[in-house]
Amino acid sequence: MAVETVPGPMSGHLDPGAASSAQIKKSIGRRYAAERRFRMYGVLAILFGLAFLAVLFGSIVSKGYTAFVQSSFLLKVNLDRAVIDPSGQRDHNAIMTADYTKLARKALAAQVGADPANRPQMRDVGQLLSRDVDVEIRKVVLADPSLIGKTVPVWVLASGRVDMLLKDQLDRNLPPETRKISNQQLAWIDKAHADGDLALRFNWGLFTNGASSNPETAGVGVALIGSAFMMMTVLLLAVPLGVAAAVYLQEFAPKNFWTDLIEVNINNLAAVPSIVFGLLGLAIFINFAGLPRSASIVGGLVLTLMTLPTIIIATRAAIGAVPPSIREAALGVGASKMQTISHHVLPLALPGILTGTIIGLAKALGETAPLLMIGMVAFVVEYPTSPLSPSTALPVQIYMWATSAERGFVERTSGAALILLALLICMNLIAVILRRKYERRW
Amino acid sequence: MLKMPTLDIHDTSTDARTETKVAATDVNVYYGEKHALQSVSVNIPDRAVMAFIGPSGCGKSTFLRCINRMNDTIPIARVTGKIIIDNQDIYDPSLDVVQLRARVGMVFQKPNPFPKSIYENVAYGPRIHGLCHSKTDLDEVVQSSLEKAGLWNEVKDRVNEPGTGLSGGQQQRLCIARAIAVNPEVILMDEPCSALDPIATARIEELIDELRKNFCIIIVTHSMQQAARVSQRTAFFHLGTLVEEGPTTEIFTNPKDKRTQDYITGRFG
Repeated sequence: MAVETVPGPMSGHLDPGAASSAQIKKSIGRRYAAERRFRMYGVLAILFGLAFLAVLFGSIVSKGYTAFVQSSFLLKVNLDRAVIDPSGQRDHNAIMTADYTKLARKALAAQVGADPANRPQMRDVGQLLSRDVDVEIRKVVLADPSLIGKTVPVWVLASGRVDMLLKDQLDRNLPPETRKISNQQLAWIDKAHADGDLALRFNWGLFTNGASSNPETAGVGVALIGSAFMMMTVLLLAVPLGVAAAVYLQEFAPKNFWTDLIEVNINNLAAVPSIVFGLLGLAIFINFAGLPRSASIVGGLVLTLMTLPTIIIATRAAIGAVPPSIREAALGVGASKMQTISHHVLPLALPGILTGTIIGLAKALGETAPLLMIGMVAFVVEYPTSPLSPSTALPVQIYMWATSAERGFVERTSGAALILLALLICMNLIAVILRRKYERRW
Repeated sequence: MLKMPTLDIHDTSTDARTETKVAATDVNVYYGEKHALQSVSVNIPDRAVMAFIGPSGCGKSTFLRCINRMNDTIPIARVTGKIIIDNQDIYDPSLDVVQLRARVGMVFQKPNPFPKSIYENVAYGPRIHGLCHSKTDLDEVVQSSLEKAGLWNEVKDRVNEPGTGLSGGQQQRLCIARAIAVNPEVILMDEPCSALDPIATARIEELIDELRKNFCIIIVTHSMQQAARVSQRTAFFHLGTLVEEGPTTEIFTNPKDKRTQDYITGRFG
């Protein structure tokens, strides 16, 4: 195209240079269009993903945020000596079995202006209080027995119906039969609310309580402890085992049929459905080894098996990414293989190992299916004191609440899901921070 | 080659008539099925610079890596023959490779300081070999190594800063300081200047000339000018064989083999 040719009498068509230039122009247009299309697909895919994420979070948060507050009555309870401690001996048995519900009903009746002598009215008053109100008042008495005989203000939980009404989950304009709250009860609730004796308070019970059939007193306390025990088990077993296995496979193992076989199997294990690990745990840890059912140690062991491949693969990748020049440098000054690995390779691989470990832990924290197999789906009220005591786990608790019929468990399901999500986000954040901190350039 | 043991360690004569430090006899290297190095026999003098030249893939680096048994790290590599350093066969099964590498230091093609401080880079070797018993000992070794590598004046105020923050040429000199900190007898250099600019290259070459007073230096280079500038003896490798070896001046002015002549005149390679 360097020379402009004058079309001669014989050349009826364009000269070849101009023709190819036009060709290129056309194809360039096509290429740019393809690029623009591709970028548009990419943007669309991301927007699509973000939209789903927004819907997910939107639905969980909108359903779950109310679980973090709970309606409570501020009762001025007269801790009647005659009811709690008739003998005056501070008899533990008597204190434990006293009828605190009656005291609570009396206090509430006085505050809303109901007639204590009218039994049906007293029953209606009682329906406003949580069924576990006696436990709460007993706790106050047990904490300080000198209060017996005095009148003390106590925050006690309202019943699920009151709670739903206060959270606008129950339409007050419905006919009384449908909304399960009588007009009289509604008037009492409004009076208590107006007096400041009924309010939404932060729901610490959600974090500290164990299982309960009453939604207002159910919490993830036991599940949190169970999950913590399991995470500790996984951390103590899977991390050393996984890192050691990865170091051996990557640095020491000879390259032969057997190590290839092991490698393929580790990669396959990472893709085995978690329920299969649950079956394995049931067969080995419970039926064969005789460990107790529903114990968090069994859950931890099963999750260890599940997490090991993830940690091994991540660690091997991290070790493999350490440049060979660093190894050569260390070997070149006379470091032994072990020194090379522990002084240079592992420190450089540390961010990758930590990231893999935390992501493996996060995966284990959210795992449900294998725990169902080993009986961690249990109704546990008491805090587990050791990894051997019965317990449940956070995701299993969500599963159990999700299958409960009562309306009050819906918000708790979403609330617990929010707690789980928050924990997972925290763990991933830690992974990112650790990676940033230890990442070194070479 | 005439062997004439010299007792004067400050002899810096360029006639290379010094005692043999490394003697290789019939060295063969196989990478799996590939016969990468065929029957190489050569004597390498002490307190002098020996250059290995030759086209890419001719086996010069392979041979260099036999001298500190770096090929051991490649699972498929197999070495036969004998390499003797100071009357000791380095492929003797009873010889400890870690000890060997403390005696035979190595500087690599790409500067590869550890991602640690300058001080730690140099102190690493003495520390793992337990050469220094006190902090002051170690400080002294670090300083003298950096001085010998011609880097001390540039880094004395920032020895605790990362070695990876230095320029390419400084990093390579740091690697040389790291190698000489364990007080080796032989220093292997695998194209130490190929990643450096001409000014940094000139500094390294000066340094090599300085170091040869105390060490046996073997350098692999792609640059024939570099071989001519720094070495006293040169060996020319081609297709896995040692074609010709002799005093550098002779190899470059009066090569005996046609292939050597073709290579140094630029006809191939």
